[in-house]
Amino acid sequence: MTSSSPRLRPLPLLGLGLWVGLLVLISIWMSHQAYRWLPVQASTAAPLVDGLFSFETGVGTFVFLGVISVMAWVVLMHRAEKYDESDAEPIEGNTRLEVIWTAIPLVLVMAIAAYSIRVNTTLGVLGPMEHIHLHDPVEQQGGYPGDRLPAETVEVIARQWSWEFRYPDAGVSSTELHLAFNQPVTFRLVSDDVIHGFYIPAFRLKQDVIPGTAIDFNLTPTREGRYRLRDSQFSGTWFAANQADVVVETDDAHAAWLKQAAAQPLQPGISDAVEEYATRGRKANPGWATVPPAPPPQVNVPGSNRLPHDA
Amino acid sequence: MTSATFPASEPKPSWTRYFSFNTDAKVIGIQYIVLSFFYFLIGGLLAMIIRGELITPAADLVDRTVYNGIYTMHGTIMLFLFIFPVLNGLNNLLIPTMIGAPDMAFPRLNAVAFWLVPIFGTLLIASFFVPGGPAYSGWWSYPPVSIQNPLGHLVSGQGLWLTAVALSGVSSIMGAVNFVTTIIRMRAPGMSWFRMPVFCWTALAAQSLQLIGLPALTGGAAMLLFDLVAGTSFYRPEGGGDPVLYQHFFWFYSHPAVYVIILPVFGVFSELFPVYSRKPLFGYVYVALASFIIVGLGLVVWVHHMFPSGVAQWMRNLFMVTTMLIAVPTGVKVFAWLGTLWRGKLRLTTPMLFCLGGLFNFVFAGITGIMLATVPVDIHVSNTYFVVGHFHYVIYGAAVMGVFAAVYHWFPKFTGRMPYEGLGKLHVLLTFVGANLNFLPMHPLGLMGMPRRVSSYDPEFAFWNVLASLGAFLLGVSIIPFLLNMVSSWVRGPKATHNPWNAIGLEWLLPSPPPEDNFGEHVPIVISRPYGYGTDQPLVENQEAIEHQLILKEASA
Repeated sequence: MTSSSPRLRPLPLLGLGLWVGLLVLISIWMSHQAYRWLPVQASTAAPLVDGLFSFETGVGTFVFLGVISVMAWVVLMHRAEKYDESDAEPIEGNTRLEVIWTAIPLVLVMAIAAYSIRVNTTLGVLGPMEHIHLHDPVEQQGGYPGDRLPAETVEVIARQWSWEFRYPDAGVSSTELHLAFNQPVTFRLVSDDVIHGFYIPAFRLKQDVIPGTAIDFNLTPTREGRYRLRDSQFSGTWFAANQADVVVETDDAHAAWLKQAAAQPLQPGISDAVEEYATRGRKANPGWATVPPAPPPQVNVPGSNRLPHDA
Repeated sequence: MTSATFPASEPKPSWTRYFSFNTDAKVIGIQYIVLSFFYFLIGGLLAMIIRGELITPAADLVDRTVYNGIYTMHGTIMLFLFIFPVLNGLNNLLIPTMIGAPDMAFPRLNAVAFWLVPIFGTLLIASFFVPGGPAYSGWWSYPPVSIQNPLGHLVSGQGLWLTAVALSGVSSIMGAVNFVTTIIRMRAPGMSWFRMPVFCWTALAAQSLQLIGLPALTGGAAMLLFDLVAGTSFYRPEGGGDPVLYQHFFWFYSHPAVYVIILPVFGVFSELFPVYSRKPLFGYVYVALASFIIVGLGLVVWVHHMFPSGVAQWMRNLFMVTTMLIAVPTGVKVFAWLGTLWRGKLRLTTPMLFCLGGLFNFVFAGITGIMLATVPVDIHVSNTYFVVGHFHYVIYGAAVMGVFAAVYHWFPKFTGRMPYEGLGKLHVLLTFVGANLNFLPMHPLGLMGMPRRVSSYDPEFAFWNVLASLGAFLLGVSIIPFLLNMVSSWVRGPKATHNPWNAIGLEWLLPSPPPEDNFGEHVPIVISRPYGYGTDQPLVENQEAIEHQLILKEASA
C-alpha cells in the first residue's frame, strides 16, 4: 500500500483540507476546554493568564495533532510489505521545505512571545512582580491609576512552617489571610528562615519569599470566597503542610473582621507542623532528622485551614 | 555471562574484564550501561515508594522526612547515576566504532571517569545510612534549606550528596574531554564533518555543553559544601550571602544538562529512523547543525527556572524569548524525522517502535515546554506538578525511550546476540502506556495548583494522583520483560551477524562483537555521506570486499 504520486491531485488535496479543518475545530474546542482545567478566577491576573494558556492550548493542540497525524499516516500507510527487503526512494532533503519549517515555528513562537510580553506588562501594572528592596514606596506606584493605589498593606511572614499575616494599620495579626473584594492590596513578603513560595492558585500568582530581602507584591482579588495559599518552594520537612486559607470578603465584612480581630487577645496561630512534631516522638519509627518547627506565631485570630475551599 | 562470540582464531576474552580497570572503550561502554541500569532499578524503586505515598492524600506510607529524602535521592540517582552514565556508555560504544577509531583518545582517562561512577554512587547510597538520613532538599539543593544540617554533624547526608555531585562533575568533565577530542581528532580517512553520523554530531554538541556548563555547577556545589561544613556565607543571608546566587550557578549548568541528555537521544532518533524507514535522513546538514544552535541557545535560557524568584521583568522577557527560540532548531529536527518517515518502507521493530513512541512523547513535552516558557503561565505552574509532568515526558517519555531504542538496536553489535522481538514489543507497549498514564495526570494536577515535592496534598487532587500512581506501577512492571530479554538473549540468544538490521554505518562493517581495536590498521576510507539508503552508493571504498570477508568469517564460525 504505497501512497499516490507526489503530485497533488484534487481528491487527496480535498481530504487534506478536510483533515486540517477538523484539526482546527478540535484545537478551538480544546482552547475552550483549557479554562476548565484551571481553578476559579479570583484575581485580576487570572483572566489574563488563563487567556494566554487557552491560546497556547489551542495552538499546541493543532501542532501536536498535526505531527501525530503524519506519524499515524506513515505507520498505517508506509509500512514495508512483508518480505519486502528493498529500500525506499532516496529523498535526501528539500531546501524550500527546510526554510518553510524554520520560518513557520519562528513566527509562531515569536507571536506567542509577543502576546506573553503584553500580558506580562499588564500584570506588571496590576502588581509589579519585581525584586524590590524596600525603597520609597511612592516611586513604585507609578503604574497605578491614581484612584487605584493599594489602600492596604499586609505583611506576610513565612516560617518553617507557618504563615503569619500582619495588618499594621489595624494592629491585627492572623494565620488566615483576609482580603477585601476588588481592593488592590500590597504584600510585603519576608521570610524568617529559608526560601518559601507565596502561591495562591486561584489568583494565578506566585512569588518566592527570599530570606534577607523584603519583596513587595501587589494583587487585586476579584471573587469572594475561601482559597488556599500554598508554600511553593520546598522549605523542608513540613513543606506540604505549610498551607493557609485566604478569605476574600466584601469591604464591609473586611472592616468588621479587622475591628473584631483587633479586640481579640494574642493566642497561638495555626501550625500543622507543630502539631505533627509533638506526636512524632511517640511513633515507633520517627523517621530521619528534621529541623524543629518554629513555635506557632502569636496572633489575634488563628482562623482555620480545614474548611472547604473554592480552589 | 559467556557473552562474547569471537571468531575461533582469537582467544576468548574473560567476562572478568567487565569488573576490572579495562581501557577498551567497548568494555567501558558496557560497564557504564550495566551499572547505570543497576542504579536505574534503585531509582525506580524509590519512585514506587513516592507514588505509593501519593496514592492517598495524607502522609501515611512513610514519615515526611523519609519522603523528602526519597524524592531527593530518586532525582539525584536517576540523573547522575542513570541517565548521564547510560549515555556515556552509548558514547563509548558508538563514537569510536562510528568514526572508525580503534579506541577513545585517552583510554586510561576514560577508565578513570568510569570508575568514579561506582565510587560516587556508593557514596550517595551510603548517605541513606548516616545519622540523620540522606540529603532531603531536592536535587536542586537550594540553600538555605540545604545548609540547615539538623544534627549539626560534620558528615551529613547533604555533605555526602554534595561530594558525590562534585565527583560526578569531575567524572563527566573527564568524559567530555575524551569524547570531544576523539570526535575531532580520530575520524576515519575521508570522514569529513559532513560525512559524520548525526549521533556523533549530537554527542559533540552535548559534550561541549558539559565542558562549558559543568564548572559552574561544580563550583557552585563546592561553595555550598563550604557553607554547610565550614561556616562560610556564600549563600547564607545572615552572613551577607545571597541564596538566589546559588540558583544561577545551579541552573546555568542544569538547564543545559537537559540538552546534554536529549541531544544524544535526538542522535539515536536520527540514526534509527533512516534504518527502519529505508530512506536517507531528511536534511542531514540541517539536522547536524541544529544541534549546535541548540547548544548556543541552551546556554542563555537558565533564568526561566527562576521566574518566580524575583528576577527583573526585563530578564523574564529576555529569557522567555531565548527559551522559545529553541523550539525552532528542535522543530527542524522533528520535521526532518517526519520527512524521513514519509513515503519510507517502515519496519516496526522494537527499536523503531521505541523511537516512534519517544517522538510522540517528545512532541507533547515540547508543547508544554513552550507553555512553561511564557512567563505568565509559568508563574502559575512553576514548582507544580505541571513541571514534573513536562520534565518526565522529556526524560522518561523521550530520553529513556530513546535509550531503550539504542540498547535494542546496537545490542547485537556489541554482544553478538540478537534480542527477542516478542519481549521487546511487550516492553515497548508497557513503557508507552505506563509513561503516559503516569505523567499525563500530572499536568491537570499542576494546573489545579498542586505543588511538587509534597508528601501530602488536599483531597481534591486525589483522582489524578491515583491514575499517576497506577501508571508508575505499570512502568515498574515494564522493566521485567526488558531485564528478561537482556539477560536471556545475552546468554543464549541467536547469534547476530555483522549487520542484522541491514544498516549503513562504519560500526556495521565490523564483526559482532567487534575486536578490541575495531578496524585496527585497516580503517576503511569513507567516500560518501551517511544514510545512503536507496542510493546504491557504498559508504566506504571496497565495501563489497569488506562485507564479503565478514560473511565468510561468520559462515566459518
